Amino acid sequence: MERSIRMKKEPLFHVVKKAEVSYGKTVMLSLLAVVIAIIAGGIFILAIGQNPFEIYASIVQGAWRSKIAAKGTIKIAIPLLIAALGITPAFQMRFWNIGAEGQIIMGGIFATYFALFLTGLPHWLLLILMFLAGAVGGGLWGLIPAYFKTKYGTNETLFTLMMNYIALYMIKYLTEGPWRDPASSGFPKIASFVPNARLDQIFGVHAGWLIGLILAVVMFIYLKFSKQGYEISVVGESTNTARYAGMNVKKIVIRTMFLSGAICGIAGMCQVSGAAYTLGEGIAGGVGFTAIIVAWLAKLNPIIILIVTVLFSMLDKGCSVMQSDFGLSPAVSSILQGIILFSILALDFFNRYRIVLRQRRKA
Amino acid sequence: MFKKLLSFTLALTMVFSLTACTAKNATTTGDATTDNAAATEGAATSEGTEETAATATGLFAPVAKEDIKVGVIHIGDPADGAGYSFAHDQGIVAMQQALGLTDDQIIRKNNVSDADAVAIRTAIEECLEEECQIIFGTSWGYMDTMEQLAAEYPEVIFSHCSGYKSNGTNFNNYFGRIYQARYLAGVAAGLKTQSDKIGFVAAMGKDNSEVTGGINAFAMGIESVNPDAKVYVKVTNSWFDPTLEQQAAESLLDMGCDVIGQHADTTAPQLAAEARGVWGCGYNSDMTKDAPAAHLTAPIWNWGTYYTSAVQSVIDGTWTGENYFGGLTEGLVAISPLSDNVAEGTADAINAAEVKILAGFQVFEGNIVDNEGNQICTEGKALTDADITGKMNWYYKNVVVQ
Repeated sequence: MERSIRMKKEPLFHVVKKAEVSYGKTVMLSLLAVVIAIIAGGIFILAIGQNPFEIYASIVQGAWRSKIAAKGTIKIAIPLLIAALGITPAFQMRFWNIGAEGQIIMGGIFATYFALFLTGLPHWLLLILMFLAGAVGGGLWGLIPAYFKTKYGTNETLFTLMMNYIALYMIKYLTEGPWRDPASSGFPKIASFVPNARLDQIFGVHAGWLIGLILAVVMFIYLKFSKQGYEISVVGESTNTARYAGMNVKKIVIRTMFLSGAICGIAGMCQVSGAAYTLGEGIAGGVGFTAIIVAWLAKLNPIIILIVTVLFSMLDKGCSVMQSDFGLSPAVSSILQGIILFSILALDFFNRYRIVLRQRRKA
Repeated sequence: MFKKLLSFTLALTMVFSLTACTAKNATTTGDATTDNAAATEGAATSEGTEETAATATGLFAPVAKEDIKVGVIHIGDPADGAGYSFAHDQGIVAMQQALGLTDDQIIRKNNVSDADAVAIRTAIEECLEEECQIIFGTSWGYMDTMEQLAAEYPEVIFSHCSGYKSNGTNFNNYFGRIYQARYLAGVAAGLKTQSDKIGFVAAMGKDNSEVTGGINAFAMGIESVNPDAKVYVKVTNSWFDPTLEQQAAESLLDMGCDVIGQHADTTAPQLAAEARGVWGCGYNSDMTKDAPAAHLTAPIWNWGTYYTSAVQSVIDGTWTGENYFGGLTEGLVAISPLSDNVAEGTADAINAAEVKILAGFQVFEGNIVDNEGNQICTEGKALTDADITGKMNWYYKNVVVQ
């Protein structure tokens, strides 16, 4: 008797990673993605009864129309750049650090301690202390999920994500409790930093931009040419290979996550002492999440991260100007940004993967 | 908030695509969307003496009406149609109409979180780029950033609502004697109550002078018509939290309060009172349309009064840099029209009280004893404005804190 064998049915389609594509082709596809995203955004603009060319012109102009605007755009770019660089080594290791937001905040909190309570120190000493404190604060916040991952195999995505909210509510606690400005007559706010604790400006923008540029170069060299950078890549490819090669995977994971968190913490330090001059709940403001998109779109290449960051900051700053120029609701610029980003991400997906439809097999 | 959610969702999408085919160490990503006010706005600082708006020929010289530009920073979106930002924007619209300005002379920046100093600075700098001569910041949390920018841009006027800082020249603050309107609302509440228990949902506790002063004036208005009534206060510790406000109102209602007053941003306390078949006094805007069966009257703001006079003074070149603290006399504060729910004789009693205030009665004057027995003020004296705005850290004698 014939035994009926239940064949495993092939799904309608499945996703297959593309083989390596050439460099030139990648660039072409990325540019194409940007063009398609702009067209998709343009259709939305048409749908709300505006002229896409005018709106896009207003966005570009809004980002660069004057010295103040250009400085504003750069100021938006600084935390985004540094945080995206921070995420890079963790992602390279395939450790999904979704906690940049929290690490930025913790860096900000640690740096703020010195800005509020050790104001008498010499300016440079104070700033160096704040810088180190920011790095340590962010680093520790990255270390905790790394420790639990290596020790107990916890899921780092969820862990780092939830740590964000702990950090955020810690600001709330400090604002309403121990660090409340004594002069604020009961209103919950942290005092503005004294000028001594403010990051100096270089060419009219706080020094964070220089820190970001240096970090981009250092990170590029670190990942590409250093032994540790190589270890990160190997662990990212396969922990078993790394172990077989005699690498201490736990140590590498913990070290890399500390580094990742520390760089994000530096972004937090630059925000509190260079841009906001205080610590508030909006200090990270979603930068930690946007940075993930930036790092990913740039394929974890620190130099391309720099370019993508500038484009993102332009979109952000320009949209804010466009929205008030045309008297549109803030929701419109959020939707437009969403459409553009989503289109780019979706196309990026097809850039990396292709979809294979189920094929009828011949007997 | 939306932007944050957006970038977060996109981040998740990416992580998914990243892990889709490299199943070796696949991760599942959680779905958590926690609410917190945060706008993705970038960094900002600027010394910028060199890029000053080249409008004023002299310091605060007159500005031609067609050249004036007015910046407004809102914490919310006026398009919501109710609440704090809406009330302020109605004032801006009233000013625009009164002075005959065109739409492009008003630069609005909406949804600017007051917990994000970087976003505040970026928003204000965009108003500076548009060459605004005067910029209104409507939320308390904008204060420190406006103070810094006022020092960096001495030729632009920064006018800040509800704070306590100013520099006497290009940075002033404006607020109003809302306590006068609260006193009048207290009269309506005192006449309406049958249980002699009046509840009050307060955003902030005793150390906040604005809220505490409002409670005291409300309590004094009640006492003026009903010496037996007591005011029971429940603090939410939040300016805007519909859930907490509702819970606070309900616990007051459970105690037997039959009129609910509030210093809170939403209509939740009034809706809670209406659900129990009792009454209340709202705040900020006329809440009779929200709780028609419960609402008596609400202390309200007419911000247009200030905006019109401030912008007019910039046009005329008469800006003095003084702080503005208007009241019933100026028409900055008022109470909304009495609803049909008020007790008999309320209109007359309120008219009488209003006449008294317009004739010089200062509310916080004469013999005032707090609820711990301390003498705050004596016969023939009155509290100063500084005491009212900054040192109102006591509750009137008929107030009980829950």
